[in-house]
Amino acid sequence: MKKFDVFKKGLFVENPIFVLLLGLCSSLAITTSLTNAIGMGMAVICVLLMSNFIISLLRKIIPNEIRIPVFIVIIATLVKCVQMLMNAYTPALYESLGVFIPLIVVNCIILGRAESFASKNGVVDSILDALGMGLGYTFAVLIISFFRELIGTGGLSLYNPFDASQIIFQFSFFSDYAISLFTQPAGAFITLGTILAFIQFLKVRKANKAKKAEVK
Amino acid sequence: MELVSLFIGLTFVNNVVLSKFYAICPLLGVSKKPKNALNMGYAVTFVIFLASIITYLLYYHVLTPLGITYLDLITFILVIASLVQFVEMFLKKTSPEIYKSMGVYLPLITTNCAVLGVALDNISAGYTLIEAMVAGLAVPIGFTLVIYVFATIRERLEIANVPESFKGTPIALITAGIMACAIAGIAGLV
Repeated sequence: MKKFDVFKKGLFVENPIFVLLLGLCSSLAITTSLTNAIGMGMAVICVLLMSNFIISLLRKIIPNEIRIPVFIVIIATLVKCVQMLMNAYTPALYESLGVFIPLIVVNCIILGRAESFASKNGVVDSILDALGMGLGYTFAVLIISFFRELIGTGGLSLYNPFDASQIIFQFSFFSDYAISLFTQPAGAFITLGTILAFIQFLKVRKANKAKKAEVK
Repeated sequence: MELVSLFIGLTFVNNVVLSKFYAICPLLGVSKKPKNALNMGYAVTFVIFLASIITYLLYYHVLTPLGITYLDLITFILVIASLVQFVEMFLKKTSPEIYKSMGVYLPLITTNCAVLGVALDNISAGYTLIEAMVAGLAVPIGFTLVIYVFATIRERLEIANVPESFKGTPIALITAGIMACAIAGIAGLV
């Protein structure tokens, strides 16, 4: 049961984007379409899984004073591998994600999990933590890109990341009334701000209910 | 003349924070006091300027001749980490006050997307050394400008009557969104 909690907390309670506010750079930049969000999510899950695995294996060997440089070198190596693989197998996705694939190196989620979890816990727990956090990240970017694509283009579409010509689904609901601001940078800030406000609203309401119950 | 338009383009029109989303973490983290924001801006300017020159020279004069350009990420991040370490030691010795006020965000400059982002962009855009130096100066100046303006707005927001759900980060993000609109308005400049 405890193992499941390690996995679960990354999804909602400690969601890296919505709650911990980590890795916002990439999550704001690439959320213009669902396809990009899924591609970025997969890349982050791969890197996070490998880095947590390797770092938790090496945690007793790495000297404490130079642990951060060691982590960064491990992460940079993994990101370069993922980047080269994506360049070879998902060229369309590689093109549209652009510089944000190499920038996974400086994504706070990965270094943050290495420092605060993988360097202190065993291999199995670290893998579960990476899976939870990676899925939580993917879930969050999917929600942001859902709203941005829907409002910004008036429709939703999803392509096969491995073959850009293969369309999984493509809808158009109100493309005449699309607000193109939402596909632009300004829309990313406003969308995330509104989602965070909604989460805060739910939290405040829950706290108020608890208070009322106490008074009674 | 081209260098001037490159400078203006990178500082205002394609401002890295508001149009490319580099360096959102320090934008939200450090920008509560204008003075801290300025100090952060100086430190980042120093790191980016030197990093863009050093990584450029390393890429074209060490990695390319040896045919090991696939090591670019590792090389760049090590250069950046050592520069940040240097700034940290320098500030600790000369002005412990600034060092203390910046706290954890000083070592985090290493993981500031803007630093690695500029280094990678310089290579992928095919700049010459002079252009890379201009970019290494224009980008952090744009960053400093945004983070300083943002900090002053946030100081006002502290006393403003914001709906409870929007207090803190949500309203800050929406402010950034409106600033991004303003930046997009001068897109025709260059």
